[in-house]
Amino acid sequence: MEKYFIYLSVILTVIIFIPLYRVLAGPTLFDRILGAGAIATKTMVLILVIGLVFNRLDMFIDITMAYAILNFIGTLAIAKYLGTRSSKNK
Amino acid sequence: MEFIQILADFIISLGAFFLLVGGIGLIRLPDFYSRCHAQGKADTLGVMLIISGLLITELARGLFLNCAKLLIIIAFVALTNPTATNALVGAAYHFRLKPWFKKDQIKKNKDQTIIEKEEEV
Repeated sequence: MEKYFIYLSVILTVIIFIPLYRVLAGPTLFDRILGAGAIATKTMVLILVIGLVFNRLDMFIDITMAYAILNFIGTLAIAKYLGTRSSKNK
Repeated sequence: MEFIQILADFIISLGAFFLLVGGIGLIRLPDFYSRCHAQGKADTLGVMLIISGLLITELARGLFLNCAKLLIIIAFVALTNPTATNALVGAAYHFRLKPWFKKDQIKKNKDQTIIEKEEEV
């Protein structure tokens, strides 16, 4: 049963590399922020699965909660910062 | 006990499938607003399904404090991930980012075909 979670963590790592394309080659600034948010959301799940592999889920859950809050606050701060500006490219 | 574990594994695999679909949508869709559609809904559902599978695994092992914390994480993800995406879309709308229309693509294709015909001549 431990083997299933090890394979799952490998698959999740491969899935995390998919939005990296959008971060590197995004046409606009918002695409890059969206890709970074997607990577952070998937990393949360990866941390939980690794905690289950190591049999220390009680410790890794607290790390995950802190990571989720940081991701949310960071995205909101960037959105607030960009929303108060206006640009000329209609 | 074994049946519960198989159910948890099935739910976790379903969640990984939804995460994969969200990633493919993030690459393939044509503009920022539609990419937000892929990230805000498919990713949220995938993360919630995977954490639900981990919750069932912990419930089978009898660790109830971990189950409560995982429930809090599920509620937090369900609240915050669409909220962050919505805030980003609002910022992009305020920034006057131009949305994608189908006629733009058709016009672009027509221009390309015209250029190709000219090259043939």
